[in-house]
Amino acid sequence: MAESGKIDPMHQFAIEPLFGTDHWSLGGFNIAFTNSALYMVLAAVVLWIFVIGGMKRELVPGRWQMAVEYMTGFIKNLLISNVGEGGKKYIPYVFSLFMFILLANLLGLLPLGLVGLHPFTFTSHFTATGVLAIMSFSIVLIVGFWKHGLHFFSLFVPHGTPLAMIPVIFPIELISFMVRPFSLGLRLFVAMTAGHVLLKVLAGFVINSSNAGIGYGLTVGSASFVLMIGISALEMLVAVIQAYVFALLTSVYLNDAENLH
Amino acid sequence: MPQIAQIADTYSSQIFWLLLTFGLVFFVIGLGMVPKVQGTADARDAKISGDLDAAKAAFARADEAEADYRVRDAGNRAAAQATLAKAKSDATKATEVKLAAADAVVAEKIAAAEARIKGASDAAMAEIETVAADAARDMVARISGVEASDEAARNAVKAALAHG
Repeated sequence: MAESGKIDPMHQFAIEPLFGTDHWSLGGFNIAFTNSALYMVLAAVVLWIFVIGGMKRELVPGRWQMAVEYMTGFIKNLLISNVGEGGKKYIPYVFSLFMFILLANLLGLLPLGLVGLHPFTFTSHFTATGVLAIMSFSIVLIVGFWKHGLHFFSLFVPHGTPLAMIPVIFPIELISFMVRPFSLGLRLFVAMTAGHVLLKVLAGFVINSSNAGIGYGLTVGSASFVLMIGISALEMLVAVIQAYVFALLTSVYLNDAENLH
Repeated sequence: MPQIAQIADTYSSQIFWLLLTFGLVFFVIGLGMVPKVQGTADARDAKISGDLDAAKAAFARADEAEADYRVRDAGNRAAAQATLAKAKSDATKATEVKLAAADAVVAEKIAAAEARIKGASDAAMAEIETVAADAARDMVARISGVEASDEAARNAVKAALAHG
């Protein structure tokens, strides 16, 4: 790629089986341990280490314990403000979801390419975000029908809808409800993909313009580099915000399931 | 776009590993560890609010004790004042009684003394009368050679004494 002067900004999303596991399969399905799976495991392990630091259970917390308790308290407040007191039982799920996505986003942003490794953001794959979105959506459906039975369908008829409008409103509300898992999964996938593509394109500008000559390197290259620094900071923000949006929307949807409306 | 180009080859591995890792995260961390962390935070919040409540209760008790103390203090003061006033009035009464007794004794003594003085003065008067009557008789005898009677001399002296 480099010799042709072309840098493929999409290569970072390529999934490669690692350690010769390409032929692992389960029930006929391929379950190769890929770089994507490696980052999922890394996110889980980092999260595990992070939470272990919060398990000291001291009355007067240290910094680490404080940080872990801040995160659980943050999720607790998110659920209480969106779902109410009944939302507390979803703390384990929403905390896992938020921290897993957050760490996936942040680990994917690590500048490991500098030491020759291939950093990978599995949240830039809709196969991964789609599973998470479907999981959240399934929980909403299960809780909704469990708690309210068929009465859950009243969710699609807002209060005060005139009787004549119900045949029109109901399909609209139903469609907007059914679109939720897609918007939930695609939003995260698109945000992460776009950010990483933008970073790689700018990095390509830096490399290609520098190769084209010192004049280009100093003008286009340095301008792109400065822009990259800013966008890297922005991407860190996006990594946090997208994880937050995922958790927030999950709790908003859980509110529908818990309380109808 | 590898996300789409590779989907047929990788979707099963992606879904499998995601479910496995997220499942571990959810069951081990979410269900196993987070409630403990949250429990610690809740216990701390409960302890803080409990301590605050205890402090408030202690404040209330202190206020109560102070009010109680004030009431008792005021009562004690009133009692002390009453005791003092009673002691004062008792002392005054006792003084009065003693004074009256002393007055009586003094008055008695004065009366006795006055009586003695009066007796002495009467006796002196009588003596003066006798002496004056004798002197008058002597003077009458010497001047006129007439022997004046004792009684006439006495009357004359009495008349003279009465006129001063």
